[in-house]
Amino acid sequence: MPNKLGSKQDLETLQKDLINERKSGKPTIAVCNGTACHPYGCAQLIEAFKEALSKQSLGNKAELRITGCHGLCEKGPIVVIQPGDIFYQKVKAEDVPEILHETISKGNIIDRLLHTDPITGSTIVHRHEIPFYCKQERNILGNNVEINPTKIEDYIAIGGYTALAKALLEMTPEQIIEEIKRSGLRGRGGAGFPTGTKWESCRHAPGDTKYVIVNADEGDPGAYANEGLLSGNPHSVLEGLIIGGYAIGASQGYVYVRNEYPLALANITIALNQAQQLGLLGDNILGSGFDFNVLITRGGGAFVCGESTALMASLEGKVGEPRAKYIHTVEKGLWNRPSNLNNVETWSNVPVIINKGADWYRTLGTDGSKGTKIFSLVGKINNTGLVEVPMGITLREIIYDTGGGIQVGKKFKAVQTGGPSGGCLPENLLDLPVDFDELTKAGSMMGSGGMIVMDETTCMVDIAKYFLTFLEEESCGKCVPCREGMKRMRQILNDITEGKGNEADIDLLERLSATLVDSSLCALGNTAPNPVITTIRYFRDEYEAHIKEKRCPAGVCKALIHYYIIEEKCPGCGLCVKACPEKAITFMGKKKPVVLDESKCIKCGACYDVCNLEAIGKD
Amino acid sequence: MAIPASRVYDVATFFRAFSLEPRGKHLINVCLGTACHVRDAARILEQIERSLAVKRGGTTKDRRFTLETVNCMGCCAVGPAVKIDGEYFGQMSTDKVDGLLTKFE
Repeated sequence: MPNKLGSKQDLETLQKDLINERKSGKPTIAVCNGTACHPYGCAQLIEAFKEALSKQSLGNKAELRITGCHGLCEKGPIVVIQPGDIFYQKVKAEDVPEILHETISKGNIIDRLLHTDPITGSTIVHRHEIPFYCKQERNILGNNVEINPTKIEDYIAIGGYTALAKALLEMTPEQIIEEIKRSGLRGRGGAGFPTGTKWESCRHAPGDTKYVIVNADEGDPGAYANEGLLSGNPHSVLEGLIIGGYAIGASQGYVYVRNEYPLALANITIALNQAQQLGLLGDNILGSGFDFNVLITRGGGAFVCGESTALMASLEGKVGEPRAKYIHTVEKGLWNRPSNLNNVETWSNVPVIINKGADWYRTLGTDGSKGTKIFSLVGKINNTGLVEVPMGITLREIIYDTGGGIQVGKKFKAVQTGGPSGGCLPENLLDLPVDFDELTKAGSMMGSGGMIVMDETTCMVDIAKYFLTFLEEESCGKCVPCREGMKRMRQILNDITEGKGNEADIDLLERLSATLVDSSLCALGNTAPNPVITTIRYFRDEYEAHIKEKRCPAGVCKALIHYYIIEEKCPGCGLCVKACPEKAITFMGKKKPVVLDESKCIKCGACYDVCNLEAIGKD
Repeated sequence: MAIPASRVYDVATFFRAFSLEPRGKHLINVCLGTACHVRDAARILEQIERSLAVKRGGTTKDRRFTLETVNCMGCCAVGPAVKIDGEYFGQMSTDKVDGLLTKFE
């Protein structure tokens, strides 16, 4: 660990030294160690690289960099080799010797590890030429590939903490707030409140003790953008937080991390300790006279704690129940003191704005939404992963150009944004420019960045039921509309998916939705009907099929489907006979189709999954 | 600490991270996030429930497994995902369940 930095000059000297070290000329092997690469065995891959590089013959030939998420999670584990920007995907520990001997030693490309364009079928060598990355503007997330998140030296080498030095030593708090206001940055947690305005209110709120807080309680199911950022580049969040603390007049910061994100928690903890050791946190930071400390708190697994007042209650060690916000948290928040809460991604944008200026930042995005937004592009799509795109890009560009479209043979049905508070948008809205206002107009919202793509095999009534079930469980129960209204809505949706719906149900759902929107205490309740409202608005025919025809067009709702054997396709291999947990399928002899006893079938789908010959039908 | 037992109980039952019953030797977390849901996570959960003869939230009689669900664990791209004792398993299917469970004795 380098010596404590007492001034801007110390930081600059260290940065120069680190850059020179990096210019050693040795190739760098960046291996993704993000959460999504773990199921693919990136830990074993990293060990294999470490072991091979520890051998004398290879040790000096390349530098191993264990990084955070690279984005194209579908194809993990990912390895990027510099110079050359060579992109290898689905790399296994067994591939390590070949990578070292062929690519590192001889400069040869290993074809089988290259990315294949899902549309053209051609292989691509360089990362920047992969369609997934082409339309992205990875201002925030792009640094993940350049740094080991557990090494502050890596962050400093790419210009880290220079924005902090500039802010503390060359700008007044008012100038910083003005710059953030002028940049047009809006809160990335979902609601899109102007960040600079929030900071200004908090700065002007009466009181000597103020707090700044990172909301890393990314509870939206299907969104892991904050996870990828906090685990992949924790110092950028910390740097933004310290700048915010200085601008607002706070000397204490908090990071509230979701309990389900162990890697993000580990990496922000390491980052915090390193920043303290280097004097970037603590007393008299970089000789500026500004003192600032940060504490990390773990969430307890409650979705509602992403709401500002609930999060602050939880920070105080209480139950995470929200309160009415007649008095905003910027005036009376944590321990009744002025508190400024921003999302991980919002904080991470701050150093970029300070370094590059509001004028530059304003060049990205739309009139009402500036900058970029990170999305977790997942579901029924070819290239799942984390993408960072300029605001104003269309849904179609994200899904088809970046995401590589839908699986061959399947048809796009909807894209869900904004988590449980958002909505499902249909195909005819694919040309919608993605920004805060357009998504809200369409009945959805930005949210923290979940973008879940659904195809014809997804049932929209089931999706509405899914979100309502989720929210019913997560409702804290404090206010009646949310607690009781949601329960009733979920019961109605349950009935519809079980074939017990009646024609008045849609109308009733809409009326209950209006009540929830108007009268719930917090955003959890008053945005909860969004998935229901949008699915009714855009996919009413599916509701009607369930209610009138007792049919689930997507083949999802168990009570409305049945499985059958397609006799002409079935060779009687018996795989499904073994797979059936209820012994509902009988083996009739070789080359004879099996027989399914529907009275015993529990519709678990095990036979459907195991049959390679598509001899099991479902309708 | 002069905190009433009712408040402790309130906090302990509000947050999912706390459990008032002893957990089994291995903790299974089945992800039910939206991305996993659209890729049939519910069927993975049902299969595990059948294989272990235990319902969501429960512990097997031999205390070998506790089966819990989670609303997203940050690896949506590889869903449906399951985590056992901190180890992640992605792209699960119902036929992979039994093989996976036998790895945890």
